[in-house]
Amino acid sequence: MTAFFQSLGMNYEWAWFIATVCGILLIALPLMLAVAMIIYVDRKVWAAINLRRGPNVVGPLGLLQSFADGLKVFLQETIIPSAANKGIFILAPIVTFTVALGAWAVIPFDAGVVLADINVGLLYILAISSLSVYGVVMAGWASNSKYPFFSAMRASAQMISYEVSIGFILVCVVLYAGSFNLTEIVMSQKGHGLGIVNGYVFNILLFPMWVMFFISSLAETQRVPFDLTEAESELVAGYQTEYSSMSFALFWLGEYANILLMCSLNTILFFGGWLPPIDWAPLYYVPGIIWFLLKTFFFFFMFSWVMATVPRYRYDQLMRLGWKIFLPISLLFVVLISGWLMFTRYA
Amino acid sequence: MIHIIAFYLFAVLLIASAVLVIMSRNPVHSVLWLILAFFNAAGLMVLVGAEFIAMLLVIVYVGAVAVLFLFVVMMLDIDFAELRAGFVKNFPLGILLAVVLLAELVLGFGAYRAGTLKLGEADGTAATIAGRSNIESIGALLYGEYLFLFEAAGLVLLVAMIGAIVLTHRERTDTRGQNVSKQNKRRAEDATVNVKPEVGKGVTL
Repeated sequence: MTAFFQSLGMNYEWAWFIATVCGILLIALPLMLAVAMIIYVDRKVWAAINLRRGPNVVGPLGLLQSFADGLKVFLQETIIPSAANKGIFILAPIVTFTVALGAWAVIPFDAGVVLADINVGLLYILAISSLSVYGVVMAGWASNSKYPFFSAMRASAQMISYEVSIGFILVCVVLYAGSFNLTEIVMSQKGHGLGIVNGYVFNILLFPMWVMFFISSLAETQRVPFDLTEAESELVAGYQTEYSSMSFALFWLGEYANILLMCSLNTILFFGGWLPPIDWAPLYYVPGIIWFLLKTFFFFFMFSWVMATVPRYRYDQLMRLGWKIFLPISLLFVVLISGWLMFTRYA
Repeated sequence: MIHIIAFYLFAVLLIASAVLVIMSRNPVHSVLWLILAFFNAAGLMVLVGAEFIAMLLVIVYVGAVAVLFLFVVMMLDIDFAELRAGFVKNFPLGILLAVVLLAELVLGFGAYRAGTLKLGEADGTAATIAGRSNIESIGALLYGEYLFLFEAAGLVLLVAMIGAIVLTHRERTDTRGQNVSKQNKRRAEDATVNVKPEVGKGVTL
């Protein structure tokens, strides 16, 4: 796109700048639309598993439900509790939302369709997702209310615990791919399984890593069964308790943008990103972005499926799973995989 | 142009937030300013082309260390009046520290400007090798030339970690935790007995 703006007579720097701004809009606006639709899908899947109808009133089949909800919160009054720490209280949802959008900069949607093709892509995602805890912690503290505060403490402990094992799982993938660049990680999965299937998930050593990554991504996005931060039976609504109108909507949008990010990470790291599932020439006629979106949607369906069927963990069970099961197993697999690659690839 | 704007943006924000870390009255605000300072420092690292260091700065300091800071500071019950009461008592010590820091800064800059120090001269040896990302360069150095030092540092950290755990760990016997493997091993046969007692005899358990 930079070349196009250069052809309009701009110098390189400004062409790059405007191309980047356009790229950001091209990612962020469809993402917001996707979040609105995915909330609808989430509620429909959840309802179908519970043998309910779900949203079916606004628009055909209830398709416009999320937009109606958005309009509703937009028209509501923003209430700031008088005992709240005002600046941080307002900043918290903005941080959550910004961070949730920021990570999309390095996600490759198709070959070459990526805003920033940097060589530390995966580390960037790890860095940005470690920031997302601040929105919750700031909200919990600034609300000056005990339930949000409990929620904030739970959130910070939970995110730190699961980030450790996510880090080790990513190390396994990086060892196989030999790069931190997400585009190269996808390309290295081409024909990975016996030269037929694309994706690291078909590797016996990496399959358990994918299962752990999927569960960790549920924990990282604080989805059921790890939604201890919003456990309504104990903490009202957790860190969002004191929030209303758009400040609440920003949390909501940020949460779903994060969920979509984790779904697309599952796709990119283990299911071959934009590559078709089978390494067979006719399948490459389908545009890569279609495969990418289909796979991401499939993972989102799995997220909803888990939400509708699994009961919430107790807090000590959550910690036990993170520290006593995932951490040792992922550490063991780092050793196993590096040993295996040492003997086969680098011998 | 954009490079220069970005540099001044990050640099000004870095210094401003560093000043606000010590100026703000509320310790939680201080930690948040500190996080902003880390973040801007990472931005500066990206500008000089050290993107790996920048990402590590964000992951380690912002993502882990500062969260723990914030965690501790949030839970402290701070009495601001009490904090301010010690001001006069600690004032001489504060002045002393300030003088020492100022002297060190002046000395450091003076020595550097005088040209007696040869720190970090840009002679090209530290530049990244063309066609190699700086992750690969750092990896090659750490696991090649400095392997022993790297492993030794890891070992020192391990010892420190075990030391910290040994010092703070206490076995608690008054809590009743869940033993998952014991629960999983338990079968229906172990938990229930099915007997047909004769009428009037009862069962012995």
